[in-house]
Amino acid sequence: MSGDQGTGGRELTYLEAIAEALSVEMERDERVLVLGEDVGGTFGGAFKVTKGLAERFGDRRVMNTPIAELGFVGMANGMALMGLRPVVEVQFADFISTAFDSIVQFAATNHYRWGGAIPWVIRAPSDGGIRSGPFHSQNPEAWFVHTPGLKVVAPATPADAKGLLISAIRDDNPVIFFEAKPLYRSVRGPVPEGEYLVPIGDARIARRGSDVTIVTYGSQLHEALAAAERLAVDGIDTEVVDLRTLKPLDVDTVLDSVARTGRVLVVHSANRNAGVGAEVAARIAEEAFMWLDAPVTRLGGLDIPIPFSPPLEDAYRPDATKIEAAVRKLVAF
Amino acid sequence: MDADLRISLHAWMVLTRTFDDAMVSMWKQGRGLGGTFSQRGHEAISVGAGMALGPDDVVAPMHRDLGTYLVRGMSPERIFSNLLGKATGPSRGRDANLHGMGDLGLGIIGYISHIPQALPTTLGAAMAFRYRGERRVAMTFVGDGGTCSGGFHETLNMAALYRAPFVLVIENNQYAYSTPLHQQMAVSDLAARAASYGVAAERVDGNDVEAVYRAVSAAVERARNGEGPSAIEAVTMRMLGHAIHDGAEYVPAELLEEWAAKDPIERHRNVLLEDGVVDTVDLEKMREVAQQRIAEAIAEAEKAPYPDPATVTEGVYA
Repeated sequence: MSGDQGTGGRELTYLEAIAEALSVEMERDERVLVLGEDVGGTFGGAFKVTKGLAERFGDRRVMNTPIAELGFVGMANGMALMGLRPVVEVQFADFISTAFDSIVQFAATNHYRWGGAIPWVIRAPSDGGIRSGPFHSQNPEAWFVHTPGLKVVAPATPADAKGLLISAIRDDNPVIFFEAKPLYRSVRGPVPEGEYLVPIGDARIARRGSDVTIVTYGSQLHEALAAAERLAVDGIDTEVVDLRTLKPLDVDTVLDSVARTGRVLVVHSANRNAGVGAEVAARIAEEAFMWLDAPVTRLGGLDIPIPFSPPLEDAYRPDATKIEAAVRKLVAF
Repeated sequence: MDADLRISLHAWMVLTRTFDDAMVSMWKQGRGLGGTFSQRGHEAISVGAGMALGPDDVVAPMHRDLGTYLVRGMSPERIFSNLLGKATGPSRGRDANLHGMGDLGLGIIGYISHIPQALPTTLGAAMAFRYRGERRVAMTFVGDGGTCSGGFHETLNMAALYRAPFVLVIENNQYAYSTPLHQQMAVSDLAARAASYGVAAERVDGNDVEAVYRAVSAAVERARNGEGPSAIEAVTMRMLGHAIHDGAEYVPAELLEEWAAKDPIERHRNVLLEDGVVDTVDLEKMREVAQQRIAEAIAEAEKAPYPDPATVTEGVYA
């Protein structure tokens, strides 16, 4: 667990922090290259995360690909086996399913099966709340958290986005990096310059509190922090744990917090059934039962495809208001 | 073609067939473990293509490319150890039969069951060579069945687009498990599928080891010289079932008879004798050497230890 989010005066958006991590690593290490749909040229990707990289590093290191996720993630498998460090952008996390075999069958199993390391990163712009409908709003992290051999990270702040992406690129294993796209331009924060690394597998206490713990990650961190401020008005002191890495899970930080508060709410944008929150809740039930003063509670998306229309999408998603209500219920238990 | 090379091609085919015959017989006696795949009939392709690569090249063989593993220097002991789930196999008991037999020291990428995962992976290896400006080539195989899968088309499109030093050998062995070619696709020319993406493609007799060697060598040379990818459709026949349990009753007997008459080893043997490259004494010696080699390998693999269950979680992460 570490809490340092940088204290320098400089602030970047979440998106700028990711772009900076790519530049830092491409500058440092010739083996790092970027590939994906529309990432190259002057265009720089659907969200412009890679804009400017092709001018700076050339087409050889910033490769446009056809619409062929299974193929280009598979290609990244071979590049990684031969010693390169590809960073693959799947344009939306929703499309990652098209590359499923290349990820969960080949990349995830390879080192166990015969020792060939696959050091790639897949950057997957995920999450919704921005009125993008069923196929541009998904949070498919649970599929990958369930898969042995992968690592899964989901940063919520600009500093963590930079620090975790650099760590992911330097990791010798396949890492899926879920970017919360509603945060790209809406969140700005201090980001250390240069080679700033946040270790994979390390949760962060984003807010200290003593009455109740919210365990969350990604865009819901900001909803949880907003809810905590409202709850504080009524004297409810909320601790917020930002998981940051979903696999491997930093269970110790979660259990330590639960031991201090005795009440826990797990929140994520992904639908609730068999989501990451289920694993967190199970670990708490197994290992911190004696500390609990109330049932472990989960708040996730509804178990439905993600709807488009604002009232429907708002009904689907957790937000600060729903989190606040859930915490009040927990505290009153 | 140089006489030594012709003899070498033949010797590797004989070793491959000898391995295969011994393996099939072991499994029928109940001395095997799980399932296994006979490659009978594919020797000319796996050996001919495997021999066409240089020492620094990389190959991702399929489950019927036993000859390629042997040619690249994977010992019969290690392969039998893998088949028997022993700690001494390349997958250390973690993967079954001819899957998971990767060894980058030998330039071999391990195989997975999901067809055609080997294609984009091998393209990635080729792209890594191109990226670093190395004059190395990456080669893999696919069956007729695999040419129907999306990954085949995605890979060939990208291989041509990027002019990758990539060589694909299409083993058209007439059947995808029990499904004959005409029930898999409305076309019959698999090389044309590759050509349609701008990949140099040709069809060869997959039971003629020297023809396979020449075609793949030319493709490897083109790839090495930066002239882009190639696909070679090698036409053959799967002579036994899909896997050891499969009696392949669905294959018409006359089709098997027709192909048995074109056996790649028998044919090459006759050509070598006609050309005076070898005599029958040489051939008999070659057969005995192979039998001795395989018998030793089986004995060693059978007495090799199983992996320690305490290591079961080791190696999930690098």
